Amino acid sequence: MASIHPPPKKDDDREDDSEYSPFYGIEKGAVLQEARVFNDPQLDARRCAQVITKLLYLINQGETFTKTEETEVFFAVTKLFQSKEVGLRRMVYLMIKEIAPSSDEVIIVTSSLMKDMNSKTDLYRANSIRVLCRITDGGLLGQIERYLKQAVVDKNPVVSSAALVSGIHLLQTNPDIVKRWSNEVQEAVQSKASLVQFHALALLHQIRQNDRLAVSKLVTSLTRGSVRSPLAQCLLIRYTSQVIKESATNTQTGDRPFYDYLEGCLRHKTDMVTLEAARAVTELSGVTSRELTPAITVLQLFLSSSKPVLRFAAVRTLNKVAMTHPLAVTNCNIDMESLISDQNRSIATLAITTLLKTGNESSVDRLMKQITNFMSDIADEFKIVVVEAIRSLCLKFPQKYRTLMNFLSSILREEGGFDYKKAIVDSILILIKEIPDAKESGLVHLCEFIEDCEFTYLSTQILHLLGLEGPKTSDPSKYIRYIYNRVILENATVRASAVTALAKFGLTIDALRPRVLVLLRRCFYDNDDEVRDRATLYVETLAEDDILKQLKNSLFGDLDVPLANLEASLQSYNASEIPFDLSTVSRELKPEQSVEKKAPTSKKAGKDFGTMVATNGALPSGTSAPDTYEKLLSSIPEFLGFGKLFKSSAPVELTEAETEYSVNAIKHVYLRHVIFQFNCTNTIAEQLLEKVSVVIDSSDAEDFEEVFSKHVESLPYNVPGQAFVAFRKPEGVCSVGKFSNTLKFHVNEVDPTTGEKEDEGYEDEYQLEDLEVTAPDYIVKVGVSNFKNAWEALDPEFERVNEYGLGVRENLQDTFQAVVTILGMQPCEGTDVLASNARSHTSLLAGEFIGDIQVLVRLSLGIDAQKQVAMKLAVRAEDQSVSDAIHEIIANA
Amino acid sequence: MEVSAPLIKNILLLDSEGKRVAVKYYSDDWPNLAAKLAFEKSIFAKTQRTSARTEAEIGMFDGYIAVYKFISDLHFYVTGGEDENELILATVLQGFFDAVSLLLRSSVEKKTVLENLDLVLLCLDEIVDGGIILETDSHVIAGRVAMRGADADVPLSEQTISQALATAKEHLARSLLK
Repeated sequence: MASIHPPPKKDDDREDDSEYSPFYGIEKGAVLQEARVFNDPQLDARRCAQVITKLLYLINQGETFTKTEETEVFFAVTKLFQSKEVGLRRMVYLMIKEIAPSSDEVIIVTSSLMKDMNSKTDLYRANSIRVLCRITDGGLLGQIERYLKQAVVDKNPVVSSAALVSGIHLLQTNPDIVKRWSNEVQEAVQSKASLVQFHALALLHQIRQNDRLAVSKLVTSLTRGSVRSPLAQCLLIRYTSQVIKESATNTQTGDRPFYDYLEGCLRHKTDMVTLEAARAVTELSGVTSRELTPAITVLQLFLSSSKPVLRFAAVRTLNKVAMTHPLAVTNCNIDMESLISDQNRSIATLAITTLLKTGNESSVDRLMKQITNFMSDIADEFKIVVVEAIRSLCLKFPQKYRTLMNFLSSILREEGGFDYKKAIVDSILILIKEIPDAKESGLVHLCEFIEDCEFTYLSTQILHLLGLEGPKTSDPSKYIRYIYNRVILENATVRASAVTALAKFGLTIDALRPRVLVLLRRCFYDNDDEVRDRATLYVETLAEDDILKQLKNSLFGDLDVPLANLEASLQSYNASEIPFDLSTVSRELKPEQSVEKKAPTSKKAGKDFGTMVATNGALPSGTSAPDTYEKLLSSIPEFLGFGKLFKSSAPVELTEAETEYSVNAIKHVYLRHVIFQFNCTNTIAEQLLEKVSVVIDSSDAEDFEEVFSKHVESLPYNVPGQAFVAFRKPEGVCSVGKFSNTLKFHVNEVDPTTGEKEDEGYEDEYQLEDLEVTAPDYIVKVGVSNFKNAWEALDPEFERVNEYGLGVRENLQDTFQAVVTILGMQPCEGTDVLASNARSHTSLLAGEFIGDIQVLVRLSLGIDAQKQVAMKLAVRAEDQSVSDAIHEIIANA
Repeated sequence: MEVSAPLIKNILLLDSEGKRVAVKYYSDDWPNLAAKLAFEKSIFAKTQRTSARTEAEIGMFDGYIAVYKFISDLHFYVTGGEDENELILATVLQGFFDAVSLLLRSSVEKKTVLENLDLVLLCLDEIVDGGIILETDSHVIAGRVAMRGADADVPLSEQTISQALATAKEHLARSLLK
């Protein structure tokens, strides 16, 4: 008999398995054979239940069935309705849901299920409702609607919940039918059964969710009490926050609506509800410190809970609050510090990154010491979170760069995977870019790192940077040794980039050129083609002066075509007689729309904490956008004479969401010109738009004179195109104005499948919203690392001081933010943070006015007991007229 | 922005090697078997060394929040979206965990779970329906799984004992056959 189950090869694990798993050696074919017992005239209920379990086990393990197998099993299972055994019936329900029969098969079971729906046994009714609603299509619903409606208000919670939850699912596919249950659902909201109330509220809200007024009424009536179930209470808090968000416009006058309800929930006896309420309060838009305090207190209590889930929930929420209101969280610092040693590393990491955000400059050193101990025993993904937090800390307190840079370089030398190392290198690169003082020490740290770096990608990236930045440092020659070491010791890819980096030194610094040439000649014997080719090219060109300039372009200049387009052109280029011509490559940017759309839903591994620690826009992630704009604009010949692009604004939407045409505008400011870039998208598949242009009425903008307009030749469905309009304006004057815009185009009906035009088409136009050019468009945020030095370097002659009364304001924080937004300047040295109850505040702002004129502002604000705010503004700039202009901005605001 | 009711993404019951014992996915975030297995592998690897035996533990995994609790050679997980209320997830986990304990009469280990897999699968079916929390009270869940009240003559206790006896008999027979 042993031959039936031949013992597997001597493997301990398998041996163990065979001992206790009732499913050992299970096989799909055999189980399907066994399923024939379902057809027996005399059903053995227990045996049948076992076979179903086996089938479910197979499905659960990921086994798939062919369509025929599925159909066969389904038909067999339907036979089991003959058995009266309850356990078996329950398994049959489950099995039918798992197989999910096709619509033409459903008919076989509907009568059995409808019979169960009318059964006296509540559990039969509940289950048959769930099964039937799961597998049915709209047609059948009409027949059973009456039963479902009754079930919603059934006195047994199991039946009522089954109907309500099924309703929530059905609402997606058959909204009309479910909406007719409104009265019954409303009755069920008052149910005494906790879960019924929860399900009823969820369904009722979904039925009404597109009707703001109805939702608002629902919230108003329910927040007065009568919701007892904790889960339903959580839902109600969510709905309330939504209502608050949508009615947020008239908050200036008085208290926020429903805030009292949220605050009341903070005292609820269930943690689930208090947490939901605390989170809702912290997420209120423009939340004040008075509103925040009770929520923070609740979260602080959670921090010392014995339950990890509570600690995690609290610290995660506080971490988010710390991004916008760091001072509100400082009260929890002591509790937070004890969490650094928490067993749960997620909690520890969140605690430490929160502390990094709330800490002030003086606590940095102490914190860094604690983090050093902490780093050794956490996983790479958490280390990345810490590195990112430190990067933003360093940007906040540039003075502390030495401590933080040392920390980064020390962890760079420790063990770690690629992503972790990349995060550190990226951080150092950003610090080098943002904090000029940190450049040299940063470069040295990176040099040391590539001495012993196993990641080719990072080595080449660093070598590239050394080539760019090294020659500009005080002692360029010291980097040569590090770079040449790479030529000797590394793989071909790294060697090639080291050769290029060397050549850049030779190119930039005449004194070093002979030495670099010697080193490059040694590379002639390299065993890799690319390295030899590069060395030969550089040696030849470095030796001759007249082509030096050309080389400079190829080494330092950027390609003026988008890489993606170049790649596409090269791929379609067939090696033939005609040489490849770079100028044939399209300069039009490919639409990035698809990427943007995906962004909110995409779930990436790295996102875990990334989103939480992302700083308030302090990271210079915007650097790439101006580059792309610059390339796009320089591809249009008419704009070439405008000089250097000074500033590009963020896109301004000129249409409502989900209209036929979606248009947003970007303002590109030049010294004597302004270009409006209109990104237009046609959102109707049946239309092709041609000759799309934006006609601008600039009568409200006297200083501006239209000089050029470029239309979009053709705008197919969902492919964005760019139209441009350029204006001339006086140089050096802060010209402002309002522009009204109309989109003009020629519409053709097209067949969406083939894209062919179906008729002649007609002219049409579409009114867009107005666009304004304002003073901040002429100022870019450029931080300085040492404000005092920079301030003193500017001529006190050009200082302009004035005082302003700002009238009665809610608090200082919001007033400050408003002033900074009006000026469009960069707060320096962490002076953008002020205590929520502060009576006075001084902030240091830096920026650059159009024409490369540095502007610095010392801004002092004070508030008195009557909430009268006074402001003192001291401005220094490289040009007196600019100092005056800043005051004008404030005076006109 | 659309507000949604709390949604459960999946409930996992893995063994001490990270292999599936019983799982249920309520979301399309994992479109195929490979993606599901990869998630299970990743979450198991990241939680394996933690001690979640007395209190439920929690963490972020691949952009999801998961709460988990271990007992003997079994690992229980409940996963939700990254903005989900952690305590709601914890309540669902507790409901599942306690209902299984009730149904298996406290001998919660891989062996008994496999022997009573039908009950555990029904448990999953009674806790969450298509991502929406159906019930969190373990006694109510266990009662519904056992169809208590549906059939007066076989109460829960006897039912499980007779089932246990049956499996024991089967077990004995099989070992004799070898």
